[in-house]
Amino acid sequence: MAEDDKTQPSRRDAFIKIGVGAVGVCCAGAAVFGYSYLSPNVLYEPSPIANAGKPERYPRGSVTQDLQAGIYIVHGPEGFYALSATCTHLGCLTVWNADLGIIACPCHGSKFSEQGAKLEGPAPKGLPWLKVWLSDEGELLVDRGTVIPPKQYLRT
Amino acid sequence: MTIQDIRDTRIWRSVFRGGSGPNNLRRAMAIQSNVFLHLASVKARKRALDFSVTWYLGTLTFGTFLILVVTGILLMLYYHPSVPQAYTDMKDLQFVVSTGVFLRNLHRWSAHTMVFLVFAHMFKVFYRGAYRASREFNWVIGVVLLIVTLLLSYTGYLLPWDQLAYWAITVGSNIMSAVPLLGQKFRFMMLGGNTVNANALLRFYVLHCVILPVTAVLLVAVHFWRIRKDGGLYTGHKESQ
Repeated sequence: MAEDDKTQPSRRDAFIKIGVGAVGVCCAGAAVFGYSYLSPNVLYEPSPIANAGKPERYPRGSVTQDLQAGIYIVHGPEGFYALSATCTHLGCLTVWNADLGIIACPCHGSKFSEQGAKLEGPAPKGLPWLKVWLSDEGELLVDRGTVIPPKQYLRT
Repeated sequence: MTIQDIRDTRIWRSVFRGGSGPNNLRRAMAIQSNVFLHLASVKARKRALDFSVTWYLGTLTFGTFLILVVTGILLMLYYHPSVPQAYTDMKDLQFVVSTGVFLRNLHRWSAHTMVFLVFAHMFKVFYRGAYRASREFNWVIGVVLLIVTLLLSYTGYLLPWDQLAYWAITVGSNIMSAVPLLGQKFRFMMLGGNTVNANALLRFYVLHCVILPVTAVLLVAVHFWRIRKDGGLYTGHKESQ
């Protein structure tokens, strides 16, 4: 093969290009397959809708934590509302401190009011309010997947 | 019967070929014809063996890694990576299994020691300037090995499945989700779900016991081999180029 024959690509160059291209296509396909394989389609996780039972269980002025569901059911003067108990900082489970009247996170010390408002960092924002409604059987249902704007109370 | 008699047997000779001998050629052949030893060079500068040159930190790191592999494989024989069993298996290893608590503690302390030694090794290499040409690429491999070491630590953290493990991985995976654009997807893929649960435990187990150790072994082999290819251990600024 002549050195100066630049216009005519050699057969070997063409094969190398086809080979590299084929390997590239295979790698891209493997990445797509890998991504879809590693993302589960069915999850055996608890339903986002939690049943908090009859409203009568919660006396007026009480903050009740459901540890399993990771939520607070608050029966305030204006009515019922539900807060997520998951800290907005890095996802630890907060706890209600009845003596101090605040919600506190054990991991990094964030503090929230019983309305969910941020009192102290490092949490970037307050605890989200969750959608609450009464079922046909008269039980409180909380959708942990639906965040609503604050100050929307459920009156029973 | 002397050791030499054993070395002269046909079986020994079939395994080790010529073996070591009284001259440099035979000694070099013994290193070169061994698949493990040939990663190292057949000759070393006398200065490179001094304690002050390396403080033997790399070798010590490799030693802790070997302890971790042996104790880790033994721990695997009693540990089930499932939500109902993981924590009780860990407690069984501590209180029921003979020498289980020794193996578990040895694994744990070696893991802490390995992370410490990796950092010490890197500081030593950095402050002596041993990362410079022609050893830049081996430094890069070392940085990747540091990341693999930290990932091994992190994935092993979840396996006891106690409160500390659960919340540590919750916090860690939420930090990961702060990565722009891909963070949430990456977290979902790593945990195999939205929360730290059975899928996450199994994924971390596979990463901890298979994927990351195999990666580490391959990179360590390249790391050691590159020491030879890059001209042996760095012994000081006066070394000839």
